[in-house]
Amino acid sequence: MTMQSLRIDGRDLHYTPLNQQIRAAVADGVKEIVIDNVLGQRFIGDGLRGDDVTITVNGVPGGDLAMFMSGPTIIVNGNADHAPGNTMDKGKVIIHGSAGDAVAHSMRGGRVYVRDNIGYRGGIHMKQYREKRPILVVGGSARAFLGEYMAGGLLIVLGLNGATPVSERGVGSGIHGGEIIVRGKIADEYLGTGAKQLPITAEQKESIRLILEDFASAFGLDPATLLAADYSRIIAASARPFANKYTWE
Amino acid sequence: MSIGSTPLKFRVAIDTDRCMNCGRCIENCSYGVYRKEGDAIRINSRNCVACHRCLAFCPRDAIEIEEKPNDYRSHPVWTREAREAIFNQARTGKIVLAGMGNAKPYPIIFDQLVLDACQVTNPSIDPLREPMELRTYIGKKPSSLCLRQLPGGDVELRTKLTPNLQIETPIMIGHMSYGAISLNAQMALAKAVSRIGTFMGTGEGGLHESLYPYQSHMIVQVASGRFGVDINYLERGAAIEIKIGQGAKPGIGGHLPGEKVCADVSCTRMIPEGSDAISPAPHHDIYSIEDLKQLVHSLKEATEWKKPIFVKIAAVHNSAAIAAGIARSGADAVVVDGFRGGSGATPRVFRDNVGIPVEAAVASVDAKLRQQGIRNEVSVIASGGIRESADVAKIICLGADAVYIGTSALVAMGCRVCGTCYRGTCAWGIATQKPELVRRLDPETNAVQVENLIHGWTDELAELMGAAGINSIESLRGNRDRLRGYMLDEGLLNVLDVKTVGA
Repeated sequence: MTMQSLRIDGRDLHYTPLNQQIRAAVADGVKEIVIDNVLGQRFIGDGLRGDDVTITVNGVPGGDLAMFMSGPTIIVNGNADHAPGNTMDKGKVIIHGSAGDAVAHSMRGGRVYVRDNIGYRGGIHMKQYREKRPILVVGGSARAFLGEYMAGGLLIVLGLNGATPVSERGVGSGIHGGEIIVRGKIADEYLGTGAKQLPITAEQKESIRLILEDFASAFGLDPATLLAADYSRIIAASARPFANKYTWE
Repeated sequence: MSIGSTPLKFRVAIDTDRCMNCGRCIENCSYGVYRKEGDAIRINSRNCVACHRCLAFCPRDAIEIEEKPNDYRSHPVWTREAREAIFNQARTGKIVLAGMGNAKPYPIIFDQLVLDACQVTNPSIDPLREPMELRTYIGKKPSSLCLRQLPGGDVELRTKLTPNLQIETPIMIGHMSYGAISLNAQMALAKAVSRIGTFMGTGEGGLHESLYPYQSHMIVQVASGRFGVDINYLERGAAIEIKIGQGAKPGIGGHLPGEKVCADVSCTRMIPEGSDAISPAPHHDIYSIEDLKQLVHSLKEATEWKKPIFVKIAAVHNSAAIAAGIARSGADAVVVDGFRGGSGATPRVFRDNVGIPVEAAVASVDAKLRQQGIRNEVSVIASGGIRESADVAKIICLGADAVYIGTSALVAMGCRVCGTCYRGTCAWGIATQKPELVRRLDPETNAVQVENLIHGWTDELAELMGAAGINSIESLRGNRDRLRGYMLDEGLLNVLDVKTVGA
């Protein structure tokens, strides 16, 4: 019987030996990994595979957490830096705190949940293909350029901290696929070029119910409040935002 | 409609005395120039792009294509191209898209550089008799070596070497994505590079599974759209290239129109069929040179530090300083793509006006890296407008380690440089996804042609080196003493760091 869990002390440990220990443990069949004293190590779980592996990060990981990750679940007890879930393929990242810019940048599958706020360019260029549909849920608020160039996937911003979900410009500029769902609605002046905002239908709201319940359970929130709220949906005004920009020589 | 129709670009004529009415021109033209009416073959010259597919397959040499049969009133400033672009934009109000590389008649620096040869005082080398070392290693070289003598006399290398790519000739094939070119075209290139022992780039289009057998000779690309990028793709590549810019369109992103995203392209790019594939102008996780370092390191970390990472930039005014930043980012090679670099589709205004020639960019990059003592940290790969082996020799003398060719390899597969790649109806089966056109390009035959081209250039390179008394590519690299500038101005001679002819 292989060891099922592993505890790593991250103090003064560079990210490469840290990731090497994680990879070796996953290769040995370890399913639960806890990393203590994490302080700014980048690339934790970078390119890591392992569908049934859970990694708990105690501390503040550095940038590109779970980049290219394909399968594992990472739970962060703390804030995260720049671009957690960058180009992530599969798996789940749960952040008990806030995260920096470009959260879920170019993400292609899996889920990222952020309890509090995110920085600029959240969910930028997320894309989907067949069964791969990335989901980013933010409990608090997001900064400008949310969901810019979005090509697919689902981005939900709940605005639970008392602020509006987003009150800065460039929301969904260049969006050509996927959807951004916000609690309440955002002022039209914040919509980017090529994005439009619509009230959510009962059916569409029902389609995010399980996601909201899952988010609530990850952070010990009461799902009833989330389910009772009103939402708006921001989508592409056209699937071909650049189709009319060019002529042939 | 007040502009009316513009003069024909090409006039197509069939010599009826020679024509045997076989109809091959009708079958081969994918632009709708020919049609049959009764027994006669009728011609609509306006549709012709001069791709020469019909000429190439006419068994009787009966077809004649004349370029610009009707002149405009000639004027040195108001060229035909300037006037026609105005007509186009007056009609449409849009950005003009064009194909291939820079089409303005700027002087070509390569053609004003000449190579040296030995006479009397030092003997030339005959490559038939002497071994010529053309093998090149792309990647970081250690700045020093730490050795330890073992008991018994053996020596142990204690310095940890960084992974390098070993290429048998300093000629690689640049990144042309599946989507921009057909799978058969990529397959032909893949077979050719695998047999020669060199590499090709996948472009930003993912890696189709039928190319997996050639993956050890493929450089996978991570561009701003991140299409087709996942951990499997990264692990399959022999090296990974981060595309920051492209010589044909410096500073802007790319845009593959939905019509070109067929089922198979959709699958390798991992986006829905028919959707536009938009690569933003910047990488949105790279807003600074520090962020570039982070992306380089994230790719190395994801692939466990087993693969060289390249960074490709368009040649622009500050290439030298940018390359120095790249060398410090942990990257293993910098690709400098000059303003003559090709593209399937690029705004004409960028293709013709933005960026600088690769010759000047490579010379200044090499000089800057040497000044800063970091030339060993990165290899320099030159691309954009490499047309013959002499260009390869000259750019290596100016400081490049190797070159990427693009258009030259396509020409080896039949491309006539008609520049209509963006239409998606390439009659040669290269820049198209239409199955009936793609089928025209046989991967095996075309692989042989590309292989022949690289062999021919490699042999010529060996001869040029031998004539200069050089038997190793290492001794040619950065060897500006074997170059002279012919009718170049002093400023440019200084940038290139070459003397004038006669000096």
